[in-house]
Amino acid sequence: MIDFGDLDEIVFLIQKIYGYDFSDYSRASLLRRINRFMENSKVRSVFDLKYELVNNQGTFNKFVNEIVVNVSDFFRDPSFFKSLTTNVFPYLESYPSINIWSAGCSFGEETYSLAILLKEFELLHKSRLYATDISSNAIEKAKKGIYSNKNFKEYSGNYFACGGKESFNEYFISDKNNFIVNSDLKKNILFTRHNLVTDGVFKECQLVLCRNVLIYFNEDLQDKVLNLLYDSLPINGFLALGSKESLRFSSVGDKFMEIDKTERIYKKIR
Amino acid sequence: MIVIGGSAGAFQTLLSILEGMDKKIRIPIVLVLHRLKDQGSLLEKHIQLMTHYKVKEAEDKEFVKEGFLYTAPPGYHLLLEEDRSFSLDSSEMVNYSRPSIDVTFESFSRVLKEKCCGILLSGSNHDGAKGLKKIADNGGKTIVQDPDEAEFAVMPKAAIEIYKKHDVVTSNNIIKRLNYGFS
Ligand SMILES: C[S@@+](CC[C@H](N)C(=O)[O-])C[C@H]1O[C@@H](n2cnc3c(N)ncnc32)[C@H](O)[C@@H]1O
Repeated sequence: MIDFGDLDEIVFLIQKIYGYDFSDYSRASLLRRINRFMENSKVRSVFDLKYELVNNQGTFNKFVNEIVVNVSDFFRDPSFFKSLTTNVFPYLESYPSINIWSAGCSFGEETYSLAILLKEFELLHKSRLYATDISSNAIEKAKKGIYSNKNFKEYSGNYFACGGKESFNEYFISDKNNFIVNSDLKKNILFTRHNLVTDGVFKECQLVLCRNVLIYFNEDLQDKVLNLLYDSLPINGFLALGSKESLRFSSVGDKFMEIDKTERIYKKIR
Repeated sequence: MIVIGGSAGAFQTLLSILEGMDKKIRIPIVLVLHRLKDQGSLLEKHIQLMTHYKVKEAEDKEFVKEGFLYTAPPGYHLLLEEDRSFSLDSSEMVNYSRPSIDVTFESFSRVLKEKCCGILLSGSNHDGAKGLKKIADNGGKTIVQDPDEAEFAVMPKAAIEIYKKHDVVTSNNIIKRLNYGFS
């Protein structure tokens, strides 16, 4: 087990050797994830941890996967997706082509959920979805689009709760253990690595989703990333945050209008 | 800070404890209850009727203040930063729960050490037991609702099983402990 006092050294080490900058991440969460990692991989002391991180790229990769929290669901917060289809989709319809950015897409659940709804609203054919994450492991898995059947029922329930018109089944091929995303759903999606902390604007997009990513950052970094998201939007572009994230402390707060307060959907107005 | 955890059968006990607390007490209270998603702010409204504290859901990076009772939002673990602001975390469930009582107890105890008082009420799973022991290990005060009184004894029993020295008392005595210790 490590404590707050050990964090700086570990963060510094990672930055120096691998270039990842975790210095403005939530320290409470970092500490919890690192201790979880140490427990699961039987690393006992700070000394051992540092040794492993420096000398073993494999351990480092596992370490990063653990601390960035690649946890997601299909249609996480159905009420959010429902609001998106009623409050945002009608505006998107007016564009000849639509760019959407799903930042911090994890294993792709959020992106595929969105693609399904776009398809049902006949918008997918003219949409391009850019889905990015810091974690290369997550991006590789997202591209494959293979998920465990364990959660299928819950996801299917979510799908109906957010107003799905068809059957959730339809978008996948299943075997005994897994369900796999159909290739025509994947056609308009580009999964690629992008680090919100160190990389710049990815692409101008009329809709940007960045959900349950900011909570892992301290206030300064939240503000920095919100500025990046702001710069990625045209006037009248939409920003969607996680259900417990907001523009409250942000310097771009007054440049957005609330579209749905509870579902944290905003529109850039200046 | 007082951190209270509970699950099935804890709600009425919680209300009577809050109602019985001396109105002079203003030490921040944090509440982690297992509950079903999507009840809106019903729980907070209900609790507000019974306490002199201002009741609100904990928000990400919000600073903890005296006189407030904060609830952990459904679907997120609740953590405490060194500067005493909250962080929310949407990672894996722990003990089939999110928020998990263990996660919050452990995180708060790490920051607050002996200034963290943990209370564990009725419930039908093992969440909270490990975390409560961490609070005790860090020098904080720990109180467990008497399993004989609790509607569901599994949770208090689990805590006592892994650590014998918790203060195990009925809800009336929990009130007395709080009024004696914090006013
Ligand atoms: C909890 S998941 C959220 C997934 C999804 N958006 C949702 O709401 O369910 C957080 C994601 O943010 C990613 N992430 C963390 N730091 C990042 C960074 N600096 N740049 C890009 N993505 C990051 C993690 O790898 C993880 O996949």
